[in-house]
Amino acid sequence: MDALDQLAKTFFDWEAMAAVIPNMLTVGLPNTLILAVSSGVLGCILGMVLAIMGTSRSTPLRVLSRIYTDIFRGVPAIVVILLIGIGLGPVIRQLTGSTNPFPLGILALTLMASAYIGEIFRSGIQSVEKGQLEASRALGFSYNSSMRLVVIPQGIRRVLPALVNQFISLIKDSSLIYLLGLLASQREIFRIGNDAAANTGNLSPLIAAAAMYLVLTVPLTHLVNYIDNRLRTGRPEKKQPDDAAALIGKGAQP
Amino acid sequence: MSDFASGSLTGKNLHLSFGSNHVLRGIDLHVEKGTTASVIGPSGSGKSTLLRVMNRLIEPDQGDILLDGRSVLKDNPDELRQRIGMVFQQFNLFPHKTVVDNVSLALRKLRKLPAEQARAEALEQLDLVGLKHKADARPANLSGGQQQRVAIARALAMKPEVMFFDEATSALDPELVKGVLALMADLATGGMTMVVVTHEMGFSRNVSDTVTFMDAGVVVESGPPEQLFTNPQTERLQGFLSDVL
Repeated sequence: MDALDQLAKTFFDWEAMAAVIPNMLTVGLPNTLILAVSSGVLGCILGMVLAIMGTSRSTPLRVLSRIYTDIFRGVPAIVVILLIGIGLGPVIRQLTGSTNPFPLGILALTLMASAYIGEIFRSGIQSVEKGQLEASRALGFSYNSSMRLVVIPQGIRRVLPALVNQFISLIKDSSLIYLLGLLASQREIFRIGNDAAANTGNLSPLIAAAAMYLVLTVPLTHLVNYIDNRLRTGRPEKKQPDDAAALIGKGAQP
Repeated sequence: MSDFASGSLTGKNLHLSFGSNHVLRGIDLHVEKGTTASVIGPSGSGKSTLLRVMNRLIEPDQGDILLDGRSVLKDNPDELRQRIGMVFQQFNLFPHKTVVDNVSLALRKLRKLPAEQARAEALEQLDLVGLKHKADARPANLSGGQQQRVAIARALAMKPEVMFFDEATSALDPELVKGVLALMADLATGGMTMVVVTHEMGFSRNVSDTVTFMDAGVVVESGPPEQLFTNPQTERLQGFLSDVL
């Protein structure tokens, strides 16, 4: 029984959790969301640029996009965050006088996310049937307009589930920003839990942090399933009884 | 359906190779203003490629293309394609847009019409093909025949001078073929200049003004339909006709 009590106290000390939750909600949650959402949005923009380069007809652009993607997809997140955050920190401080690690943290997360998002967009764009581009070009649209109006919108739709998955991993990766050193008001969910755990020698605050991440990510995984399903079956639409009349439209009259 | 501002179309000595594969080997094709030329031949003979070369979706290696007697090879190819409507075997409607948006897209973005006017013109085109009531449906919810008629409306909306049909009924269920062919016949009698690549020998024989038989990248025989169908001169055409008729 002692061992069980010990475990319960280590992981599920409700008082220790209750003590840390207000701070997690008011400070940690907003900061985690700021990191994840801003790097998600910027990652999508940069990712789209990479995807357009990666599917373009110009070989140098394709190679450039390939090299970028290989680098930022192949290096561990922690390495990129440390190199960017610690390495560029002094430069930013000299230029702006700011010691806030958020911009560099967001930059590091964006650089990595965009490599993945670029690949997601590229696979979506390349999955659109060749006939779509051909039909658009036959109407008189240029290659660029055809991509913008016809091919890319369809490609994005197909990869929305993968995009949400990417956002989920961004929420989790944002915890690594703690490595850059955060002021009390800059701490995100993990750092608050970790600090409390370190101060009390009890891991329950980390369990609270884990629960907080789950509150964010589980609804998103279900959103993925919903979108996936919706994309596969399409929007439900009422069938009209006049389909039989199709053969007798005006055009059918001699 | 009539009063198309159609023009004549001529392909002269068109050549095209993909690597060592010589797909077009000096094709001559002339379509008088307001007439219909059908192009028949076995698959792989270069018929569909010929259409794509004539609207410069694929640039020819050699030869000339004349629209209304004037060479268009030096024109901006995008502007040339605005003057030539094209209908595909697989319809190729834009699935992420409604039927009416499929038809009005080019009007809004290329003709720069205001949204309301573009929609009104698109609805008018849809009415001509008997599908105005499907304006706000998605293409996926239409039958193949309906989709193909929307594709025809989409091409017609740009007021093209020439219409290309690339095996427009080949992907349709047999009972849906008739409606699309009837619509194409309407356009032909209405004075549209048309180039129709087809396996529908009935259409080729009854509707078109000239028939061109292609095989292995060359024009083997061409002339009025009665002549080609009743009195084929070459062995290759005789063989082809006995296979398909």
